[in-house]
Amino acid sequence: MAAHAAPVEFALPQVLTYPAPTPPILVAQGAEGRLYKTTYITPSLPCALKYRSPKQYRHPILDARLTKARIQAEAKVLDRCCREGVPVPAVYALDATAGWLAMEWVDGVPVRQGINVWLGDRPEDDAISDAEVADETPLVDLMKRIGDAVGALHRTGVIHGDLTTSNMMLLPWADGQSNGASSEDGEKKKAVGGDVILIDFGLATQSVTDEDRAVDLYVLERAFASTHPRAERLFTHVLEAYKQTFKKAPSVIRKLEDVRMRGRKKSMLG
Amino acid sequence: MSLETIQIERVPGTHRVDAAFFRDVSNAEFLQSQLLGRNADFEYAFIDASSVASRLHLLSAVYHAVNTQLTGTLTTTNVHSEVVLSLSPSNNIAEAYRRWGITPAKTKDIIVVSPASTLPTPDEIEQRLREKVQGTPVPLSDEEISKSTDWPKLRKYYGLNGVPILAAITDEAVRVKEMERLIIMRMALRGL
Repeated sequence: MAAHAAPVEFALPQVLTYPAPTPPILVAQGAEGRLYKTTYITPSLPCALKYRSPKQYRHPILDARLTKARIQAEAKVLDRCCREGVPVPAVYALDATAGWLAMEWVDGVPVRQGINVWLGDRPEDDAISDAEVADETPLVDLMKRIGDAVGALHRTGVIHGDLTTSNMMLLPWADGQSNGASSEDGEKKKAVGGDVILIDFGLATQSVTDEDRAVDLYVLERAFASTHPRAERLFTHVLEAYKQTFKKAPSVIRKLEDVRMRGRKKSMLG
Repeated sequence: MSLETIQIERVPGTHRVDAAFFRDVSNAEFLQSQLLGRNADFEYAFIDASSVASRLHLLSAVYHAVNTQLTGTLTTTNVHSEVVLSLSPSNNIAEAYRRWGITPAKTKDIIVVSPASTLPTPDEIEQRLREKVQGTPVPLSDEEISKSTDWPKLRKYYGLNGVPILAAITDEAVRVKEMERLIIMRMALRGL
């Protein structure tokens, strides 16, 4: 079998074929689109360009309409979040018809990676117990920042739709905020330090119902449990901080109990 | 030398962006009448500097305008007027001209931008502007632009009054940065 298949070369979107000193880099590829790292206006300003390519399997008119509507919806959600102070990247430019959206580049690592560095080579079956929680303060703090970010998002009336630790970035703090005892300790502390920025609003919707919010939290809870089983116990701190940040949280958390019982889909009909 | 040729990322070689900044312009009325008369010698975007927050703000508008021309979706007569429209958060063209274009009685500081595919040399453009614009040329830097910026006006134009995040910021420098960020976003989302 071809163990090392040649990487598939994608045709660049039209907008990226125009000249710039630094070539665009393909950083991620999803089912719907691709994410490039490029620059905006000046070579010193990096930006993330999300491109939804035309889908051959859809009727062209439907395809154009869906692409346009989705890019516009994502831009609107980001705009709303920015104005309300939810930590998300700003939009620099977009062309909904051409299917691209240029955003602020978040210079950091996904929260998933930060947590994994912190947990290090801890064995799979050695989950953090209640007694150990005291030793995990930096990680607990990160959980709280995640809860804050999600709380702020829901307060704004936005549902992310795909909350996972990969869709959150850690924007490192300026140096000097953490002075760890030993260097190894400091490295680990650094891995979970930083501001939490929510990214990828491709599936986001605007809604203020407890149901939608609870499902959003449930998705995060499940994603967290499967990505970081060793730190599963710390998830309660996310909910704690969520309650602190978001006034209507108690009814959402009650709803979350229901959602846990039945799963993400509400209606079992049809 | 007051005219600057600016390299903007992803503006193709068919376009060259030239810009100049004039302070205390005394013949705004004459310039506007030439624009209204569609005099071909005045095929530039004349922008009221008090409605511009920074270089990035200005160049964003230029980029949007060039991009609109490249995709063949200009909504105004040419790329120059499109620059003025691109500065606006709404699709109202007359309003955009009034707010970001030049107004005879009020406009003092003017930024002239020319993203053009027809190419008189930069020297020719510079000479032409020197003849026609009666004002003091200054460098088109963030520092010079910020001296002209009328923030209360910008806050109104871009609907930034009462935005929760701005009220929460106490540090003035941070607030200006955040306002610039929101302004660029409003421009990008024009008409949405």
